[in-house]
Amino acid sequence: MTTFEFLLQGLLAAAQPLNLLYALIGVTLGTAVGVLPGIGPALTVALLLPVTYRLDPTGSLIMFAGIYYGGMYGGSTTSILLNTPGESASIVTALEGNKMARAGRGGPALATAAIGSFVAGLIATLLLAFIAPYIVKLALVFGPREYFALMVLAFVTVSSAFGDSTLRGLTSLFIGLAFSVVGIDQLTGQNRLSFGIPDLLDGIEVTTMAVAMFAIGETLFIAAQGDKGPDKVEAVRGSIWMSAQDWARSWKAWLRGTLIGFPIGAMPAGGAEIGTFLSYATEKRLTKHPEEFGNGAIEGVAGPEAANNASAAGTLVPLLTLGLPTTATAAIMLAGFQQYGLQPGPLLFATNPQLVWGLIASLLIANLMLLVLNLPLVGLWVKLLTIPKPWLYAGILLFATLGTIGANPSVFELGMLLTFGLLGYAMRIFGYPIAPVVVGLILGPLAEQQLRRSLAISQGDVTTLVQSPIAAGLLLLAALALIIPLILRARGRGEVLSQMAASED
Amino acid sequence: MSLDNKTSTEQRRPDRAALAIAAVLAAIAAVIFLDVSRLKEMAGYSQVGPATVPNWIAFALIGLAIWTVVEAFRGDFPEREKQEFGPVIWIVAGLAAQMLLLTTAGFSIATGILFALTAAGFGKRKLWITIPVGILLCLVIWLIFAGLLQLSLPAGPLEHLFL
Repeated sequence: MTTFEFLLQGLLAAAQPLNLLYALIGVTLGTAVGVLPGIGPALTVALLLPVTYRLDPTGSLIMFAGIYYGGMYGGSTTSILLNTPGESASIVTALEGNKMARAGRGGPALATAAIGSFVAGLIATLLLAFIAPYIVKLALVFGPREYFALMVLAFVTVSSAFGDSTLRGLTSLFIGLAFSVVGIDQLTGQNRLSFGIPDLLDGIEVTTMAVAMFAIGETLFIAAQGDKGPDKVEAVRGSIWMSAQDWARSWKAWLRGTLIGFPIGAMPAGGAEIGTFLSYATEKRLTKHPEEFGNGAIEGVAGPEAANNASAAGTLVPLLTLGLPTTATAAIMLAGFQQYGLQPGPLLFATNPQLVWGLIASLLIANLMLLVLNLPLVGLWVKLLTIPKPWLYAGILLFATLGTIGANPSVFELGMLLTFGLLGYAMRIFGYPIAPVVVGLILGPLAEQQLRRSLAISQGDVTTLVQSPIAAGLLLLAALALIIPLILRARGRGEVLSQMAASED
Repeated sequence: MSLDNKTSTEQRRPDRAALAIAAVLAAIAAVIFLDVSRLKEMAGYSQVGPATVPNWIAFALIGLAIWTVVEAFRGDFPEREKQEFGPVIWIVAGLAAQMLLLTTAGFSIATGILFALTAAGFGKRKLWITIPVGILLCLVIWLIFAGLLQLSLPAGPLEHLFL
């Protein structure tokens, strides 16, 4: 069958009423958490893992992907109206978007963000559908050492290539990796680092770790900043529709943003943030209205918003075709697949095409739902921003612990939640990034398996790892991604990198 | 976090917090070495066994600890923002209370108290109002999640009224 036929079949699966409902729940929740500062798609998917344990896999994965897409839409609303990005990929949107809102052009800013997200999401999801089969074919020649090299590359880009310190990024990553070896070894059945505690035999629960790091760590950190007075929410004044000139200035920016965002999401190169910064820089250079940049240029909203949605779709390429997550959200979605005993990768396309193509097709539908949710109903989401902080964070912790208790109602699990929460808080104080811990915890066991398989094949000869050209090339790339930023930072050019920090929540 | 290095003269002293972090990293490495040392003989003919990867990770952690010490002495760690610990204590107390009460008092009472203490951490200190509100809210959530979605949330005296 051709990609086109698969996609049509997927659309049929996705159009089933129950799956439509899951997609709707996903995009609604995703928009809500994208709008709310302090919580993001990674945390939301983590919270839903235990709740969806008994549901049908296709439905819940559709819901997770909807949350991811929705988070990207919702974040822009907060950036534009509150000047506080709802999630990290919307930082750039705040630069121009909030200026537009203050000048009474909040409506067109929201509109160009939503329509740009729609255009980008549509194109990028189609690109995902048409590129995925080729990568699957490529991936079939990958052996254990190539997978291991690919994972090393992902580890480096997620932890240390961006952000303000190689040392702190790598430290976060290795803390995650250290946690990942806790429990029964999958290849020999030996106990490792479980200290005779039965709760630890199964390893450290991904849900517990993600919820503790993202929800509890973040809540403690926000609380410790003290009361800084209420943030000012800009009201949406005037028409939300864009003028002809707005359209003329936006559409090229949308397309450029998509073309920048998608490949960056698709490469194992870290989060959606990077694409938004590149897109902003491109628009600033190409604009015919340079004087408006910094005072509310519509291109500066249209491009980055398109880029961040395109990256979200791009991230699904390595996740679905190789089983390789490159952001915290994708890592937790991988845990979602694993909870149903599914391993994303080339095999999944062969054994479970219904699920994969249903998921991809449902993203097209979710994207349409999001356009409707975010344009006419934007006023509703703005109301979420007026929830007072005490109730907002009390509610976040309520649901955070609900997810953990639902997965495992034990005192020990809650104790781990509190401990990791304090760890997450301490890491925030000292500027350690959070995402690498979660990626390390989830990807660590997979990388270990591939490494031990390749070493077992070579009878312990470590040089086997660089004897295949693909593996050697990937490891070389990983080494460059580690060393080049080190040199840049040593020469005092680290600001650019630290702005691109993948502080995903 | 800003990249500004501390410049005044008294800041030339090593960053104590960073040294403590280095010590923690080294301690984690030590625990890993100690724990997997009993697995050593398990390595098969390929010399890779369950101890291989944990050992590599522990070596990396030691390397990172040394690197952290170097940065601590050079004052390369970013400046910390001032933290207010009052709110943190409220919230941690809430989480601890929930943990200790969960099995005896049930989900609603334990989580209701967490809710109220978190709100207190953010400035709503009227506990005689927030605790009942929290418990009621959690009871509703318990009814939805344990009743409709069949999530296994521990039941206490309050929940037993509905069972």
